Amino acid sequence: MDDLIKRAKELLESSRVKVVIGYENGTDGKTRALFAEKPGDADNLVFNSRCIMNLAAYVTKKEIRNKGKMALIATLPVMRAVIQLASEYQVNDDNLLVLGITPESKLIEFKDLAEVEKFVHQFQIEIDSRNKEMLDKIEKMTPSERWDFWIQELSPCFKCYACRAACPMCYCSRCTVDFNQPQWIPVPSHELGNLEWHIMRAIHLAGRCIDCDACYNACPLAIPLNLLTKRMLQDARENFGGYQPSLKADHLMSTFKPEDKDNFIL
Amino acid sequence: MEDFEPKIVAFVCNWCTYAGADLTGTSRIKYASNVRIIRFPCTGRIDYMLLIKAFDEGADGIIVSGCHPNDCHYTSGNFHARRRWIMFRALCNFVGIDIRRIKFSWVSAAEGAKWADIVNSTVSSIRELGPYDEYKKVAGRPVKEVAHG
Repeated sequence: MDDLIKRAKELLESSRVKVVIGYENGTDGKTRALFAEKPGDADNLVFNSRCIMNLAAYVTKKEIRNKGKMALIATLPVMRAVIQLASEYQVNDDNLLVLGITPESKLIEFKDLAEVEKFVHQFQIEIDSRNKEMLDKIEKMTPSERWDFWIQELSPCFKCYACRAACPMCYCSRCTVDFNQPQWIPVPSHELGNLEWHIMRAIHLAGRCIDCDACYNACPLAIPLNLLTKRMLQDARENFGGYQPSLKADHLMSTFKPEDKDNFIL
Repeated sequence: MEDFEPKIVAFVCNWCTYAGADLTGTSRIKYASNVRIIRFPCTGRIDYMLLIKAFDEGADGIIVSGCHPNDCHYTSGNFHARRRWIMFRALCNFVGIDIRRIKFSWVSAAEGAKWADIVNSTVSSIRELGPYDEYKKVAGRPVKEVAHG
C-alpha cells in the first residue's frame, strides 16, 4: 500500500485536498477511520481485508466537509455509496476526490465522479450465497413463524443506532427516530420500538441501499438487520428490475411506471 | 369470537375515495360501521409509519385507498404511492406482519357502492382472521377486547 500512502501525501502536500479519509490500525485487531490532514498523517494509512467499514459515511459529516476538499479511499461498496450520495446531491466533484481500490487491490484514481460511476457499473450488486440461503429460509416460513423469528432476532436491540451511524445513506440531520412530537418510534429497548425502528430503517433505504453490510458489521449484537435491506434489494429486482446507484437515472422510489404491478390492489 | 368487532382504519385520499365514501353516505348505502376514515390530501402523502402506527394503536385491519391510476388530482401521487405499497407490503410480509390485514384499493368519487363493498369485505375477512393479537401483544395492548357498539 506504499503507492496509496505516496499518493495521499502528494495530494496533501500540493493542497489539492485538505483531508484524506482512509483506514488506520485500531485496537483489538480492528481498523478505524483515519483523517489525514498533514502529509505525515498519511504514514498511518493501511489497507487490508479488515477494512470493512464504509468510509463514505463520513463524507456527509459537517466536521469533515468543513475542512475542505476530501479524498476518499474507496473500495467498490464505498464507490457505490459515493455515487448514490452524489445522485442525492450530497457530494460532488468540487468537494470529493475518489481514490479507488479495485477488487484486485489495485489503486485507481478517478478524475471525476462520472468515471467512478462507469467503474461501479461494471459490477452488479450481488447478495452472497450465505445471506441468500438465509433469505430463502425465512421466506419459506409461515407469516407467524417469520414474526416470531424477527421478534426474537430483534429483541436484543437496544437502539444504539450504530447501524444508522455506520450507514452512508443515513445522513438526515434529523432522523425520524429522533422526533418526539409525535414520537414515531418508542424509545425503550422493547419489541415494539425495535420492530418499528428496523422496519423504518429498511424502508427508508429501499432503492438506495448499496448492500455494503456496514450496518451489520457495526451492530454490537450482530443482529442480522442487513437481511431486511437485502430483501428490499431483491424486491426491487423482482418488481422494478433492480437498480444501480447512478448520477443521472431517476431514483427507484421517486419515480414510477404506469405498468407497475397492481394485482394486489382491489 | 362471536362478539369480536374489528377495528379498521381507512387511509383515504381527499379527491377520490373520500368523496366516494361521501357518495356512499348520500346514496344511503348501508355499510359496516367498523371503519374509521382518515382523510389525506393524496395517497402519495401516506407515510408507512402511519400504517404501522394504526396497528400500534390497536387496529385489526387497514384500508388504504385513493384515485384510480391516471385520475390523481396531483397527476402522479397514486403512482408513487403504488410503488411504495409494493415495497412496504413486501417488507411487512418479510417481517411477518399479516398482509391480509392491509387492503389497498382504488375507489373513485363515483364509486360509492364499491366503497361499501370494500369496507364490508374487509370487515368480514378481518372478522374471520380475528383480532390482531400478535401485534397487540407486542404493542402492550389488552389482547382480549370487550365488544363495543
